[in-house]
Order: sequence, then structure tokens, then C-alpha cells
Amino acid sequence: MNSQPTPTSQRAPRILPGRGAWSLFSLVVLLLSAAWIWLSADPEGATTGGMIPAPRPGFLAPDFSLPDTEGNLTTLSDLRGQAVLVNLWASWCTPCQAEMPAMQRVYEEYKDQGFTILAVNATQQDSQAAAAQFALEKGLTFPILFDMDGSVARSYQMTALPSSFFILPDGTINEVIIGGPMAEALLRVRIEQLLEER
Amino acid sequence: MLPILQIGPLAIQTPGLILLLGLWLALSLSERAASHSGLNPNQLYNLVLLGLLGGVVGARLGYVLRYPEAFAASPASILSPNPGLLDAWGGTAGALLLGLIYGQRKGLQLRPTLDALTPGLAMLGVAVGFSHLASGAAFGSPTSLPWGIELWGAIRHPAQVYEIIAASLILLLFTPNGKIAWHLRTLAPGLNFWGFIALSALSRLIMEAWRGDSEIILGGVRVAQLAAWLVLALSLWAIGRLLFQSGSTILETEG
Repeated sequence: MNSQPTPTSQRAPRILPGRGAWSLFSLVVLLLSAAWIWLSADPEGATTGGMIPAPRPGFLAPDFSLPDTEGNLTTLSDLRGQAVLVNLWASWCTPCQAEMPAMQRVYEEYKDQGFTILAVNATQQDSQAAAAQFALEKGLTFPILFDMDGSVARSYQMTALPSSFFILPDGTINEVIIGGPMAEALLRVRIEQLLEER
Repeated sequence: MLPILQIGPLAIQTPGLILLLGLWLALSLSERAASHSGLNPNQLYNLVLLGLLGGVVGARLGYVLRYPEAFAASPASILSPNPGLLDAWGGTAGALLLGLIYGQRKGLQLRPTLDALTPGLAMLGVAVGFSHLASGAAFGSPTSLPWGIELWGAIRHPAQVYEIIAASLILLLFTPNGKIAWHLRTLAPGLNFWGFIALSALSRLIMEAWRGDSEIILGGVRVAQLAAWLVLALSLWAIGRLLFQSGSTILETEG
């Protein structure tokens, strides 16, 4: 593009002072701004520091204990120290079905490095039998958990299926992805990032 | 907060919808501003669309280059519609590259073009504020003030509302038919753009103080405020340069 100014047909009124006054004005603005930055600094940390449970990056992942296909309880907070992907899904949900094979592949690849997947079935909107059958047919080996009363869906403020929460080893949420299917490359990059925090 | 708009079986992501609407309004405003700056509105429209296209392609290419191993294991992911597979720097480079090529070919002048884009950018600022409100992003710090809102487990400053108010005021200042935009245009091409950048940086610098998601560095200083301070300094310098580049004649020739 050309950088020459366009000739103006109209002339502006004499509304501004000279170069020196502009420099002084700029200096005052920048000094006041710097003072505001210093005054509004937050030594305690402007973020939550992961103390409050909420389904949002930077917050502590809301805890839950849910039964798996064999009735054994799995508790999210017991997995501290591991990178976790919590995936809310239903067997009838097409994007959920589409992303499961990629999830299985990355689970196989990263499970020995401290990564796990908790596939939380929205059982209130599905059936336990259909979900278990789906997992069997697709050969899913990661834990399939059943949210019978919808409490996890509520605490994670589930608005769409699938919803995925990437959780750091310290229990805070690193990223939330609503909708799907997630690409395998996305899963790989995010898991690598979570594992770097271990 | 309304992250998903459920219409029958369709679950529409409200923040994305708001940004699309904002983009459409931004284009309309910039087209109107283009005629005031002596530009062809159609060329400006094409410039923005090509910039967007370059931005999306560049963002995906940039991401692939950053994480080649992930895509080597899953090449089909290159064409995935996941917005999480985009790189901001690659997107910026792609948008600038395609925009500059088109601008050169059509002989678009840089400063009037930036001025024409300004009301559109201001409109996008408002749309981003509303998208933050819908998603709950860019949330405020905890407060006991009576206008605090409950969000993410605490009563917080309605930082998204502050953002919308500030962006709307800036938009009002730079509407294509407004007196301020006209005065700045007559003073020097490019002043509208740099004035917008300066005010946007100042507004971010001030309002970041009430954000609850600030990234902080040593001493509790908020990174976004430092970045905004630098942008403010750059824009004040650019404004001064535009005002005084041809001596003081621009300012002293009253008709």
C-alpha cells in the first residue's frame, strides 16, 4: 500500500497546541498510566489461583465420584498428579461418537506417561446399557463413568455434548472445549502441554 | 451468561454468533467510512474478506508449523474445523500478507484505509465485549460493590459490562458521520486509526485493574496493562508524528 497521506480539501480549525505541548501531554498520560499500573498491581494474584471450583480455565475442576461399568467408584481428586481429560458424552451424540476413536488412540499412547481420560456419560440423557454397549463396540479401554443423577453435568455447567475439560496435574482446568469432534492433533498438543506441567 | 443458544436440535455457540454479527456490522460501518475517506467501499470490503481468509489460512499453517509432530501423526487434522488449532501470530501474518498484496495491487493508500477500518474495529470491540459476556470469559475480580455479579463461584466486578461500555463510547467517538472522525480526518489521514488505538489501549490499561483473569508477573503487575502501556506510547508517538510531520501548518491554516 502507499503510505502518502491523502490531500485534504478542508482545513481543520486551530484546535491543538504545538509539538512541545503534545509531548508534555503524552508524557503526563504515560506517567499517570504507569502510576495506575503500579497502583492496580495485585501481589496476591489477580486470578483465582485455582482455589474456587468452577468449570473454567484457571479454576479448580469440580470434584466428583462416579461408578464405572463395573460399579467401582472413580474420584477425580484422587488423580492429582496426573493429566486428565474429562469428556462429557452420550452414546447417541454424533460428534461424541466421532471423537472417541482419536481419544482411544491418544489414551493408548499417553496413559503410561501420567495421562488418563474420564469419559463421563450423561446418563440422564442416555442409558447405561447403550453407553456400555457403545464402549464395548468401539473397544474403549479408558474409564467410562456414569453420571446417573446429572450432578456432574450441573457442576460442569454442561450446555452441549460433547464437552471436554483438560485438567492439569494440580487439579486446575487448563482448557475447555465445548462441542466436537476434537481433532486428534488437538488432543495430542493439549495432552503434551498438560504433561509438561508434571 | 449464555454460551449456547439452543434452537431445537441445534446448539449454536452464542459468542461465535455475536462475533459474526459484529463482523457484519463492522463491515457495514467501514464501508460507510470508506466513502468519507475517498476510498472505494467495494475494495475495502474485499480487503477485509481477503484479510480474514489470509488470517484463517495463516493461523492454521502457523499451528501446523508449531506442532508438526502432532499433525504428522494425524494429517487429517490439518483440515479439521476445530478453532483450537489456530495460531494467532500465523493468523496475523496471513491477514497482513494478503491484505498488503491486495492493497498494493489496488493502489489503496495506507492511512485512509486504516481510517476507514477504524469504525469497524471499534464495532468489533463492542462485539468482543458481548461475546465475553455470553461466554463468561474476561471475568472480573471479586468485589463487595452492589453492582457485582455472581460468576464462577464469587461475586465479581461485571468486567465484561465495563468492557462493553468503554468500547461503545469509543465507537461513538469514531462513527463515520461523527464530528470527531471528520475533524481528525481533516487534520491528517491516519489520525482516526491511531486515536482509536490510543483510546483502546488506555481503556484496557484502566479496566484491566478489575479483571479476575489477569496474567501477572513479578510484583503483581498485570501483563495486559504493560502491553497496553506500550501500545499507548506507540500510538501517542504516531499521533504526534502525524500532527507535526509537516511542521505546524496543518494546525494553523484556519479557513
